[in-house]
Amino acid sequence: MTMILGLYNYWIVIVLMMIGFYMIIAHGHLIKKIVGLNIFQSSVFIFYISVGKVEGGTAPIWQEGIILYSNPLPHVLILTAIVVGIATTALGLALIVRLKEAYGSVDEDEIQAMDNQDMANQDKEHQQC
Amino acid sequence: MFAVVMLAGIYGLVSASFFVVMDAVDVAFTEASVGAGISTLLMITTVAMTGRTDHEASHKPLLALVVVTITGGLLIYGTFDMPYFGSVDAPVHNHVGPRYIYDSMKEIGVPNMVTSVLASYRGFDTFGEVTVIFTAGIGVLALLSVVRGQENDTAIEAINNSMHEKYLILRVVIKTMIPFILLYAFYVQFHGDYGPGGGFQAGVIFAAGIILYAMLFGLSVARRVISQPLVQLLSAMGVLIYGSVGLVSMLNGGSFLDYSVLSDDPIAGQHLGILLIELGVGLTVASVMIIIFFSFSARSEYQQANKGESL
Repeated sequence: MTMILGLYNYWIVIVLMMIGFYMIIAHGHLIKKIVGLNIFQSSVFIFYISVGKVEGGTAPIWQEGIILYSNPLPHVLILTAIVVGIATTALGLALIVRLKEAYGSVDEDEIQAMDNQDMANQDKEHQQC
Repeated sequence: MFAVVMLAGIYGLVSASFFVVMDAVDVAFTEASVGAGISTLLMITTVAMTGRTDHEASHKPLLALVVVTITGGLLIYGTFDMPYFGSVDAPVHNHVGPRYIYDSMKEIGVPNMVTSVLASYRGFDTFGEVTVIFTAGIGVLALLSVVRGQENDTAIEAINNSMHEKYLILRVVIKTMIPFILLYAFYVQFHGDYGPGGGFQAGVIFAAGIILYAMLFGLSVARRVISQPLVQLLSAMGVLIYGSVGLVSMLNGGSFLDYSVLSDDPIAGQHLGILLIELGVGLTVASVMIIIFFSFSARSEYQQANKGESL
């Protein structure tokens, strides 16, 4: 019983991470993949923050008379990671927009099929030469 | 697809409140403005540009489910050796953690430990992260930039007038809100030493104010208020300010980003250094967010214009 109470934060993180992972590998829709990637990423955030928590501690802002604080280091790492995360998400979304313009689709398989088609056509032209 | 995006936004807000419970107020601040605000907005824009439909043909659940279950099972097996939640003697709290908590007030003189770790102890990391954000901004700009012709003044006027009738209440309310949002961003920026806040959060909040304006009054009007070349210059300036503070501290005889040598009194030097680099961070983050939004909406305007011509 103490084990369940002591480790449940990691299990929640793992469940979230696997939901994100499933979205990335099972869906062909590229925006859904990005959402899955975001969930995966936020599960790592939750992992770090929950590791930094100390039972009975307070937020790490210095105050007279308080001795027990949560660990500020994970907070710093995650704080910057969130902002970097949105910047990279924006980059991914920009790539999707360009893919849509070039291929007319945001589905992984369709884009792959079109690429294969192109390759086959090029091979044919080569043979005719 | 719309539902997926909105749920992702709600998820961002919920995880922000979770971070408050976990004592990570600075992180919660960032997540609330980024996860629930900007990221949802960008996703909606992309969905609007790529179409809302999704066909089920590309769905292959069985193999994926097997892989996910096995990985998850192995990870859970791995947690059995982990320290229990909230325990004080966990390895994370034993190495550099105590020094940050108990000595930072003496060494840096800033009550908010997150700020002192972010800007001073690990200033080099933060410099790298600011550079990553800047690079991502350049990437989005390179992917989505469109050459815009001369803005037609009468057309803008016409849009303005039609908008006046269309969203009158929204426009009046937002117009009164925007100064307060921007003021709040400055408060968060300069109060980061004493309470939760700092350059990253302030940058995002400031950008949110500008983005709100651009959403309601149209991109062309927003571009007249803040010109895009200026924003691009500012995003580079932020990184430059950050790097120069490091160089100045080297010239004064310290190591890179060691602010103690910036002034006669080490604590005052630390204060000055943190203030300057937070300013650099805020500038870069705000301008990169604005650049990203401008690029996305310019692209979608461009797409619509092209559609109109081809029809």
